[in-house]
Amino acid sequence: MQVVQQLRIAALATAVIALTSGGALAQKKYDTGASDTEIKIGNIMPYSGPASAYGVIGKTEEAYFKKINAEGGINGRKITFVSYDDAYSPPKAVEQVRKLVESDEVLFVFNPLGTPSNSAIQKYLNGKKIPQLFVATGATKWNDPKNFPWTMGWQPSYQSEGRIYAKYLLKDKPGAKIGVLFQNDDFGKDYLKGLKDGLGDKAASMIVLEESYETSEPSIDGHIVKLKASGADTFFSVTTPKFAAQAIKKLAEIDWHPLHIVVNVSASVGSVIKPAGFENSQGILSAAYAKDAADAQWANDPGMKKFTEFLAQYYPDANKLDSSTVYGYGAAQTLVKVLQMCGDDLTRANVMKQAASLKDFTPDTLLPGVKINTSATDFAPIEQLQMQRFKGEKWELFGEAISGAIE
Amino acid sequence: MSAVEEIASQTPAVQAVPKRAMTLSAGTAFVIVLLLLVVPLFVKNFIIFQMTMLLIYGLAVLALNILTGGSGQFSLGNSAFYAIGAYTSAILMEQYNVNYALTLPVAGVICFGAGFLFGQPALRLSGVYLALATFALATAMPQILKLGFFEHWTGGVQGLVVTKPDAPFGLPMSQDMWLYYFTLAITIAIYVFSVNLLRSRSGRAFMAIRDNEIAASAMGIDVATYKTLAFGVSAGITGVAGGLGAIAVQFVAPDSYTITLAISLFLGMVVGGVGWLPGSFVGSAFIIFVPNIAEGISKGLSGAVFGVLLFLVIFLVPHGSRQVAMVAQQLLGKLRKN
Repeated sequence: MQVVQQLRIAALATAVIALTSGGALAQKKYDTGASDTEIKIGNIMPYSGPASAYGVIGKTEEAYFKKINAEGGINGRKITFVSYDDAYSPPKAVEQVRKLVESDEVLFVFNPLGTPSNSAIQKYLNGKKIPQLFVATGATKWNDPKNFPWTMGWQPSYQSEGRIYAKYLLKDKPGAKIGVLFQNDDFGKDYLKGLKDGLGDKAASMIVLEESYETSEPSIDGHIVKLKASGADTFFSVTTPKFAAQAIKKLAEIDWHPLHIVVNVSASVGSVIKPAGFENSQGILSAAYAKDAADAQWANDPGMKKFTEFLAQYYPDANKLDSSTVYGYGAAQTLVKVLQMCGDDLTRANVMKQAASLKDFTPDTLLPGVKINTSATDFAPIEQLQMQRFKGEKWELFGEAISGAIE
Repeated sequence: MSAVEEIASQTPAVQAVPKRAMTLSAGTAFVIVLLLLVVPLFVKNFIIFQMTMLLIYGLAVLALNILTGGSGQFSLGNSAFYAIGAYTSAILMEQYNVNYALTLPVAGVICFGAGFLFGQPALRLSGVYLALATFALATAMPQILKLGFFEHWTGGVQGLVVTKPDAPFGLPMSQDMWLYYFTLAITIAIYVFSVNLLRSRSGRAFMAIRDNEIAASAMGIDVATYKTLAFGVSAGITGVAGGLGAIAVQFVAPDSYTITLAISLFLGMVVGGVGWLPGSFVGSAFIIFVPNIAEGISKGLSGAVFGVLLFLVIFLVPHGSRQVAMVAQQLLGKLRKN
């Protein structure tokens, strides 16, 4: 009898507690990985292996969250950033992401790097309904909210950028005879597809030669000579930094002066133009969405000043000229914006919802005119780039920010 | 290899292959199998996934162990066979809707064929030259998988996403747990097969070739056949491991099967103890967990920390885990006497 009574009291007490705390919970909603004091974010980066240069992105993001925490966190919650090394290997990426989700119990995975690694974890994360937010790859397939509602890109896709060059050529040089040199992988093929889609019917007549190279080739000189012989007057260089610099040098060596377009990936002054020689690089075209930290024209820009101060205080070892720091800063800032928008509703569904509700957001490091916009059907945050021409020792932007949106 | 010789010369054995040199005692084996069966019931899915990967890489290391420890041929190219197995399973499952369990024997047979064929030219090479030739195979494989000609099946650089199978017969098990037990069953079967193979006539032929090729041929062993056979068997088992790996990871892409994988497998074999089959799984644990430990010690220098750990292991126990096992056994023996 007494036991029953005790049970009744216990049940009543539980009900009362549940009711009162239920009132408080109405405003605060959490999924695994979030609480009153903490937001736990997972990440994978190639800190070792062939793409280890990109590890700087992860370190910059870690430093940025340290800054946010030092300034009081987000709505009073501190960010815990758990970042693991996947060595750019897809099976390792799966293992590390599962560790993040099942062992560290993060709220979501932010900015994992590399197309192969992200492809490997996409199905797993979508199956578990865990956001795979702002992936660090330029492949086009991340903008697919219908099939993968938990995956979202961040930077402009390679195809978008390819379309922007096509738009520019159709307008300024409609009679161009284009010779394309592209890296034989998804990166190269995506750009080529963007260019062809942008040129439309004219692609077949405008592109005179498509040459591909492998990253294992020590030199691409042979391909350049072949492209010159094809009679092309426009050279579209879909190359990674090392090869882009080789191409610029070789062009000068064989005295070939076509209209030279270098993709954004290799537009870095520090790692491409300077090694190839400023005198060889005059007049080269490219497109950009972020400010170049090496460029003097941003010295007095308020956004870049904030960026420089951040590096000096929280990541003093960083090389300011490394574009990965600018990238990591922009991505981390976008995430902080999303988390602020989430308020006290830190559920996975709401994180995705807020990430898909960004309106004209501009991180400090993006070019003026480039804005982040997302919606329930548009999971491609940055879609605009601005054309730029190399003059003297720096890039000069010209024209308006052009959208490469893919309908 | 030298370890096997040492033991062979130490013991005045009648048996061609001392049993202990290759397997575990019945008691130890029973305890390990029991642990492998019971532990997954009490741990998180993530740990089960890691255990599955341990078994899968263990199989791949075991395959290399048969080739190198058994027949004395070096290979840095087993990642290529692993890739062929993985792609065979993935393509059959995703493009032709074949049941996952049926894709494994196909992967095994195709890789056996590939290994057997590769074994033919490899006959002319030995030692470091063979290692280099297989190295070429490993470097070439990711690029072959990217070829436009195969892209229709392989998905090119984008790779293929594989669906993870559910537990059959409505068993109340998570996908991870089912896959673990499925892998465990296959692993035990292949392990038993391998032990018996090395103890059989063919196994003795492998080892005779390893120890002295000329003497072996003088005894009437068809050196060419057995060498290529060893390559075929090794490649076949690696292919099955690759197929299982594709199902467990749910994704195949050329970048998963680079030379780094080949070197990892080789490393696993050395750490586990060349020629000692149970060591394959210790080696597999080394290549899965030690990089994680190294990362925990220092993120920026994880590669260097891994190198130091590896150096320590090779320096302190040059014969790998078999040496540790031998010492442990001797200690146990002493304890019993007391």
